[in-house]
Amino acid sequence: MSATAYDAEEFFRGLVEAGLIIPARAPGIFGRNHVFEDVLERFNKLVTDIAKDDGAEFFVYPPTIDRKLFERTGHMANFPDLAGTVFSFKGRELDARELSEAIHNGENWERYQSMTDVVLNPAACYPVYPSFAGSVPPEGRLVTMLNWVFRNEPSPEPTRMQSFRVREFVRCGTPAQVLDWRDMWLERGLQLLESLDLPVHSEVASDAFFGKGGKMLAASQRQQKLKFEITAPVISEEAPTALCSFNFHQQHFGEAFGIRTGDGNVANTACLGFGLERVVMALFQAHGFDPENWPAEVYGRLWP
Amino acid sequence: MDSHQKVRTILQDHGRLARDVESLDDDADLYRAGMTSHASVNVMLALEDEFGVEFPDEMLQRSSFQSIAVIASAVAKLTAKAA
Repeated sequence: MSATAYDAEEFFRGLVEAGLIIPARAPGIFGRNHVFEDVLERFNKLVTDIAKDDGAEFFVYPPTIDRKLFERTGHMANFPDLAGTVFSFKGRELDARELSEAIHNGENWERYQSMTDVVLNPAACYPVYPSFAGSVPPEGRLVTMLNWVFRNEPSPEPTRMQSFRVREFVRCGTPAQVLDWRDMWLERGLQLLESLDLPVHSEVASDAFFGKGGKMLAASQRQQKLKFEITAPVISEEAPTALCSFNFHQQHFGEAFGIRTGDGNVANTACLGFGLERVVMALFQAHGFDPENWPAEVYGRLWP
Repeated sequence: MDSHQKVRTILQDHGRLARDVESLDDDADLYRAGMTSHASVNVMLALEDEFGVEFPDEMLQRSSFQSIAVIASAVAKLTAKAA
């Protein structure tokens, strides 16, 4: 029995009424209360526990990344509409007074702002690639991160946030190292979410590439099975929500950031990320808004 | 200029091929000749401009841009429909 109907509006209202999220005006931007955060942290801890023997290095990056680094990822060729660039004020004091006045008068104040050298990080894996530059060791590299990401896609639908956290893993090495690792995690991710009694499935997926050309890129991505998602129904049964996403980048980042394997070839990379807020929302939808009333085996997994 | 030649010119300008387009047969695999997914998008958009056609969703896939012959026959079909 789900907490509410599989309906975006009703589920959003349910989360708000239960006090789990606190609207903050912009769609896709809201506060999370201590219960929401407790579940999120406990799930994140479960991920840490099941991966503890993998030897991943753990990094946290801020929600902004260097603009030049961002440009090298090729993000703007794929998702120009989803990216967010940081602008700031660089004028003289008189301009600052005018800026403040324009805001006070409800006028447009764009003209007082110019681009800075940072952008909002749109993908949890991006910041780590420069640190792989050069030759990676024979066993490759494995990093895990907990990063905030930004997507310019305002929506009243609670699972489509503009800013959210991703528990990310990035593997770098030979094609076999990277693909074996991805396949192992596909299985492991399903098992983890099933152990929380979530009705999950894995499927071949594609990214929301921009424009008509984007449809071609998406078709090609699907055909080559470069992206998988683990999904569960949260706001719709027909279109379940992706809780975990797996991307095989082949040599894309290896080429962009000068990463090589020991044999001198360009390194392959893959990443996977749990959308932490989405996992939490899937749990609330599946088991109700009060964790104390969750099925004993689910509660016991998160509160051991 | 016949349509095969126009396709070749577009590939020269937008295909980012690793080889000279004139060294390729009409049936040669363009992806093997170095065309990336992003380059094939540019080729598609340039073909739409040049021939005044629109590629429908079902043709927006890798295989529709596999070779000069495949592209030319797709364009022929689309221009016939547009006429």
